[in-house]
Amino acid sequence: MNGDQTKLLQEQVVSAAAEQQTLDIQAGNTKRFLGRSPQGEPLDLTTHQGILSYEPKELVITARSGTPLHEIEAALAEKGQMLPFDPPHFGAHATLGGTIAAGLSGPRRPYTGSARDFVLGTRVLNGRGEILRFGGEVMKNVAGYDVSRLMTGAMGTLGVILDISLKVLPIPASEITLAITSSAENALKQFNAWSGKPIPLSAAVCDGERAYIRLSGATTSVEAARHAIGGDMVDNSNTFWRKKMLEHQHAFFQGSGDLWRISVPSSTPSDSFPDKCLIDWGGALRWIRTDLQPQVLFQTAGELGGHATLFRGGDRQGQVFQPLPKTTMDLHQRLKLAFDPQRIFNPGRMYAEL
Amino acid sequence: MSLHSQQQTDSAQLKVDKTTLLSAFGKFLPSEAILFENEDLHPYECDGLSAYRQLPLIVVLPRTVDEVQQIMRLCHEHDVPVVARGTGTGLSGGALPLAKGVVLSLARLKSILEIDPVNRTARVQPGVRNLAISDAVKPDGLYYAPDPSSQIACTIGGNIAENSGGVHCLKYGLTVHNTLKLKVVTVEGELITIGSDALDSPGYDLLALMIGSEGMLGVVVEVTVKLLPLPERAQVVLAAFDDVEKAGTAVGEIIAAGIIPAGLEMMDGPAIQAAEDFVHAGYPTDAAAILLCEVDGSNQEVSEHILAVRELLQASGATEVRTANDEAERLRFWQGRKSAFPAVGRLSPDYYCMDGTIPRHRLPEVLKKTAELSRTYNLPVANVFHAGDGNMHPLILYNANNPGELERTEELGGKILELCVSVGGTITGEHGVGIEKINQMCFQFKPEELEQFRAVKRAFDPDELLNPGKGIPTPKRCSEYRALGSHQHPHDDEASS
Ligand SMILES: Cc1cc2nc3c(=O)[nH]c(=O)nc-3n(C[C@H](O)[C@H](O)[C@H](O)COP(=O)(O)OP(=O)(O)OC[C@H]3O[C@@H](n4cnc5c(N)ncnc54)[C@H](O)[C@@H]3O)c2cc1C
Repeated sequence: MNGDQTKLLQEQVVSAAAEQQTLDIQAGNTKRFLGRSPQGEPLDLTTHQGILSYEPKELVITARSGTPLHEIEAALAEKGQMLPFDPPHFGAHATLGGTIAAGLSGPRRPYTGSARDFVLGTRVLNGRGEILRFGGEVMKNVAGYDVSRLMTGAMGTLGVILDISLKVLPIPASEITLAITSSAENALKQFNAWSGKPIPLSAAVCDGERAYIRLSGATTSVEAARHAIGGDMVDNSNTFWRKKMLEHQHAFFQGSGDLWRISVPSSTPSDSFPDKCLIDWGGALRWIRTDLQPQVLFQTAGELGGHATLFRGGDRQGQVFQPLPKTTMDLHQRLKLAFDPQRIFNPGRMYAEL
Repeated sequence: MSLHSQQQTDSAQLKVDKTTLLSAFGKFLPSEAILFENEDLHPYECDGLSAYRQLPLIVVLPRTVDEVQQIMRLCHEHDVPVVARGTGTGLSGGALPLAKGVVLSLARLKSILEIDPVNRTARVQPGVRNLAISDAVKPDGLYYAPDPSSQIACTIGGNIAENSGGVHCLKYGLTVHNTLKLKVVTVEGELITIGSDALDSPGYDLLALMIGSEGMLGVVVEVTVKLLPLPERAQVVLAAFDDVEKAGTAVGEIIAAGIIPAGLEMMDGPAIQAAEDFVHAGYPTDAAAILLCEVDGSNQEVSEHILAVRELLQASGATEVRTANDEAERLRFWQGRKSAFPAVGRLSPDYYCMDGTIPRHRLPEVLKKTAELSRTYNLPVANVFHAGDGNMHPLILYNANNPGELERTEELGGKILELCVSVGGTITGEHGVGIEKINQMCFQFKPEELEQFRAVKRAFDPDELLNPGKGIPTPKRCSEYRALGSHQHPHDDEASS
């Protein structure tokens, strides 16, 4: 039975709050490996499904959080549109809610924006079991605090996301991928130089030997940029971006050692991290595999003006997200309690303190 | 009930007297940075929404972050409310002072601290004017995208507080999409960093929460913005329509064709006439509506899109389609749009600018009902909108010297906003709630939603010292407002607790 499960979910939250029972919010479970180990009674969102409205001319889609991500993407593709932030699925059963709660964005992110950039509104259940609506289906809305974007990437620790409205964009008229033999150092130099010019970049990665550059836009400008950049055209580029990069099927991700996601300013030198590195986001994201202690990675990333996440492997009971300064953590704790006074939602999933 | 007395009742009694406060400020601020005589306070009595005025107790004008921290510590210690202020161009009374409060002007913190052309960022102080950033980075071939019409005057700190937009936001996003990092002084006077130099940051998205929070969660003392490469070329098309509805349809057609214009603006007859009289932009003054559609990008892309846009506009029934011949004409076309508020302001002693946003396809209906309301209240309305993203700016023309006219204007404005909410929109797209739309918040949100906002506020500012009385209404205010009339919440029928 798929459809609107609001009532049922609300009842479950209200009774969990009354009994101080912690809840482990689940849907497709494709991102269960993320964050710290889940704990609590399962709260299942998979049957809370359905696209509620989709207006291609408005560039807006609204769907229930349990709606499969592939269903959303198919509905958009049918009208020549897409989710502009390139969300990874990490499995066949990925849902919209999990995608927004995890807040991950793919290779297109530096050029079009992140998951949170495209969130326009949400309907959520807070820890008191209240159904609240924030934002809406319009592009601009500054009435009240931006709670919808706050929910994005909060790993379900602030509330149960029921429905989500997203801004969508047209699929670019033309898209090509170029490959160039390049060291990491050289690729970073090039990526940053190109990003400062009006070139229709939509992805730029380097595995240390080759750089892959995707261009998207009007046919004429993609052609012009292709000549300016050079390199070889990559066939089946969709396999490269979708499977290898987005879904982590590139050989790099299969290696040994813990997988770290390091977000840094895009010009951060390639030798800032000791181990083998995969550069994404035109330099602003570095994937590394290493056996180094978390503390070392957190410290290095912090000193570079960014932050590190233990993405896969390692100790999932320990610190997996960059530690926060005390004042900031205090603020996080107060915010957590503002939404979830009994701390029933995904306790400890993000930080032990939350 | 007059507007002024409404505001007064929201400010609490102070536990400290003015003299004590002044001497405490004098310990770390030079005397010229402390204003307390009525004549010196006057320039601060209102923002761009001049219908609301209030002299503050004291204005302080710090020059350093350290001074801001000391001011906040002192005010916190004595429970003195603080209203942050940029250059006071806000249109919702967000920077309206409190009689028993301090205005903290950030206008003197106006240095561009660092430009990083490689990472395409600029680190600036909050008092830096919006346009000054783009001017400073132009030699590097970069610019800061959000461009409110007030960009010559408004500060980046004010932009952060309001999540300001501009004519280029359809393609390039609002302030929230173009900001990386903030330094914020908390109500206790502590300095915290929100966001990072990377594209995202750990923990909750406090950056999104701070942006648009109207000075109610913290004082912004440093901003790192993202910069974009200047497009190779930008070209604007002007299309005239004999019917506003046709213009509205044309907007949807352009977007459905897969083109995201850099700007897509609409003006109706009265606004066109006013702008033309004011800046001589070359607008067709007999049109019922004009659309300005700008496309930018590479040379080839612009040519390709201009052609497509022209065809779509013609097919949608435009009576005239004109492409700007050169850069000078392009800027003139925009000059007309960007001066629309002051231009309309010349038509009448006073004007009142609304800021509702609606799903675009409801535009014809909302325009029709707005015209009906305008007749009912016997007050002319000129319409200017960010058509691409459904953000409307109906401008109500009135004369505050006519007894009762301001109150009637306010009521009409409130009705227009409620109309926006009932078609699935919002009471404010970019100007903020401030004091102006505080009652309509009770219409747009349920009591539980407003209570959630208050809980967020308390997480940052438990004693409600930062811009109290703005943005989020008290339960008392909402129950009074609801008791006044049929202001039923549109979502009241929903499953709820
Ligand atoms: C003619 C005209 C055209 C306009 N066009 C547009 C437009 O196209 N788009 C648009 O979005 N807006 C527009 N505005 C509105 C206004 O310019 C913006 O809201 C602007 O961001 C306000 O900046 P300011 O420096 O004047 O802020 P102020 O008016 O001084 O303050 C605005 C709010 O921000 C808070 N604040 C200011 N600085 C800080 C700080 N450092 N830390 C914390 N809080 C702070 C204040 O408390 C207040 O709540 C227009 C206004 C005018 C008069």
